[in-house]
Amino acid sequence: MNSGPLLFLGIFVTLAASFWSLLLVPQVKIGRQEILNTNNMVYPARPGVTKQGEQIYRSLGCTECHTRQVRPRGYGSDFDRGWGNRRTVAQDYLNDYPVMLGNLRIGPDLANIGLRQTNALWHLAHLYEPKRMSPGSMMPPYRFLFKNRKLKVGEKPPPEALPFELKPGHATIPSEDAYALVDYMLGQQAEFPLFEAPLPGAATNVPPADAASTNTVSTNAVSTNAVSTNVPSTNVSTNVAPGNSPK
Amino acid sequence: MASDNPAGGAPITQDRSFAGHGQAGLSPCYSMTAPAASTLVSEPSRPSAVIATQARVPTTEIDASCRVPVLLLFVSGAIWLLVGIFLLLLSSVKLHSPGVLADTAWLTLGRIRPAAMNAVLYGFASQTAIGVLLWMLCRLAGTRLFFQSTILIAGMLWNLGVTTGFVGILAGAGTGFDWLEMPRYASVILFVAYALIGICAVMTFHFRRDPALYVSQWYLLAALFWFPWIYSAANFLLLIQPVRGVMQAVVNAWYTNIFLHLWLGSIGLAVIFYFIPKLIGRPLYNRWLAAFGFWTLAFFANLSGLNQLTGGPVPAWMISISVAAGVLLIVPLISVAINWHLTLAGNYQRAKEDMTLRFVVFGAGCYLIAEALGIVLGTREVSVATHYTYLELGHRYLALFGFVGMVLWGSLHYIVPRLVQMDWYCPKLTKTHFRCSALGVGLIFVALSAGGVLHGLKMNLGTEDMVRLVRATVPFVGLSTLGWLLLLIGQGALLMNLFVVLRRSVEPYRRSAWELVRSDNPAQPEESS
Repeated sequence: MNSGPLLFLGIFVTLAASFWSLLLVPQVKIGRQEILNTNNMVYPARPGVTKQGEQIYRSLGCTECHTRQVRPRGYGSDFDRGWGNRRTVAQDYLNDYPVMLGNLRIGPDLANIGLRQTNALWHLAHLYEPKRMSPGSMMPPYRFLFKNRKLKVGEKPPPEALPFELKPGHATIPSEDAYALVDYMLGQQAEFPLFEAPLPGAATNVPPADAASTNTVSTNAVSTNAVSTNVPSTNVSTNVAPGNSPK
Repeated sequence: MASDNPAGGAPITQDRSFAGHGQAGLSPCYSMTAPAASTLVSEPSRPSAVIATQARVPTTEIDASCRVPVLLLFVSGAIWLLVGIFLLLLSSVKLHSPGVLADTAWLTLGRIRPAAMNAVLYGFASQTAIGVLLWMLCRLAGTRLFFQSTILIAGMLWNLGVTTGFVGILAGAGTGFDWLEMPRYASVILFVAYALIGICAVMTFHFRRDPALYVSQWYLLAALFWFPWIYSAANFLLLIQPVRGVMQAVVNAWYTNIFLHLWLGSIGLAVIFYFIPKLIGRPLYNRWLAAFGFWTLAFFANLSGLNQLTGGPVPAWMISISVAAGVLLIVPLISVAINWHLTLAGNYQRAKEDMTLRFVVFGAGCYLIAEALGIVLGTREVSVATHYTYLELGHRYLALFGFVGMVLWGSLHYIVPRLVQMDWYCPKLTKTHFRCSALGVGLIFVALSAGGVLHGLKMNLGTEDMVRLVRATVPFVGLSTLGWLLLLIGQGALLMNLFVVLRRSVEPYRRSAWELVRSDNPAQPEESS
């Protein structure tokens, strides 16, 4: 162990082994996956405003508290919480940049938030003041994504303002960033049926792209959780305008 | 590898040992009188049989050559540490009082936490580790530091890079990749700065006057080489030519693991292997055991990164490799634990008198705990319950502050007085630094672990409402905020001690410069100095 070159060789080989087996081989195996386009299903490639929303999500660091991945059955209670009807797999992230899986859950998983909460106004009000929409929430408010304009007595709120009052006597106008972020969240739907991650009860799972992978989850699924009933027990769109009748 | 120890009869463990230290060498104090210095901080005598081409440079000269660049790295590292811990304190407050400072985009939780982590990881930990690495390389090699001015400039460049990245994250340009949040332009600056430092360090290593390699040098050389590889690879594959889909998450997990384990971790282990024998004046228990530990760590830790993705959307075989390698990390863990314990055996009480040893032994203990916990958390069965919880966060903080932070502070405590040739300003501040840091790290770890277990039981194993279960963890987060406050106070003490010492050490120069300026006879400035 006194020879510099030999030591260097060993140091090189150990990291090269890791680089080879954890980066190069996986890149060859899953790095060039293509998006499947069959069965007339809409693949969640959502360009435009949603793509901008992804950048807002990244920039505000939402991933510090929220994950975007559903673990398979048997890994925690992701399914019981209604966070997804199937696990998320590599196919689900092909359109993402950056891929923000997250590694801390101080808030709920967001991989399927677009299925659980489909009301854009709910999301806007929630961003403005999370506590109002889900009582007791520890999520910080994102009021800097909105503009408040004081209304004169009897003045009607401008058309671009939210149709309910979040600050008394003020019209709340969401910024473009707020709309983009909400658009992004509404697009979070890992529901495309895939061979490696079939939807329970779905008859039309996409045929295998790679015959090497096998998965038999679908056979033992109970097939009762249809998409539409999969709304969490928290507030839904009915109380979207708290304390105020929409105008 | 064959030993170069030509003294066939001599026990291997004596090879390049630290034996021969007198009791005087243990004193942390440094007197201003120059003659005492060489005996005080003398390097261990080399085995006589080893043929050296040149004699070792005296340690005072080595320290003098390191002085300016290493001090720059240390002082800016301490400042970044204070900034980082302050923001971590603030983000901990925001976890239980979400309304605090929430109306500014710059100060939202999702920005200050990555900014704080980057300040700590690149501003403090990496920067201080580089300083310690340079000094240790010179001392072990018996040479002066090569290209000091290049390192000085590179150090400034590094700080420019960290500042740019830090501001970038706060402004919203964070990349969204764990521990690589700095935008592309900042990473490029950091990489160039590192490349300059790395070349100088390798030159210093190459032209060493002492051909025998001590255990710490293996770790240092490995760290020197591994960091640029993982940093350039991760930045290239994530920010410059991004790989597609979940491969990004794979690259990220690979990077964070090696960054902590084999960049900061290697330098931390080098510090422990250097200071424990040096400060107690005994040779390392067994060099071959250390070699075994080094190679098994190098192999298994490199492969263990992807167990953070357990249950994630990647093929199972990738995770399986990492889970298996993660469990096998028990082998290097046990070998270093035995080696340290048998080196220290009977000398643990020395840590009471010697502050450096106290820091280092505490750091070594944290390393063992963090590593053991990492092995447990890495397995599939445990990860089902503990993944995505505060427990994993607490584990990271323990490794980062308890192990890396503590051993770096310990070496700072030893090195700085030798660089400036002056004692620390106030030993009490050093004690405050140690106590606050140890207590703070302990409190953060215990609070987040306890909160994390609750978090895991309720979230992963139960189906309690998310809002209610997060509220249930609030008292634990509150406790960890207290820990951050203690840690902040400790770092304040460090910085104060550092500044006063620096001020005093430059005082003679400052005064003479001032006299030069005010001298009545500006035509002959050389006389007035």
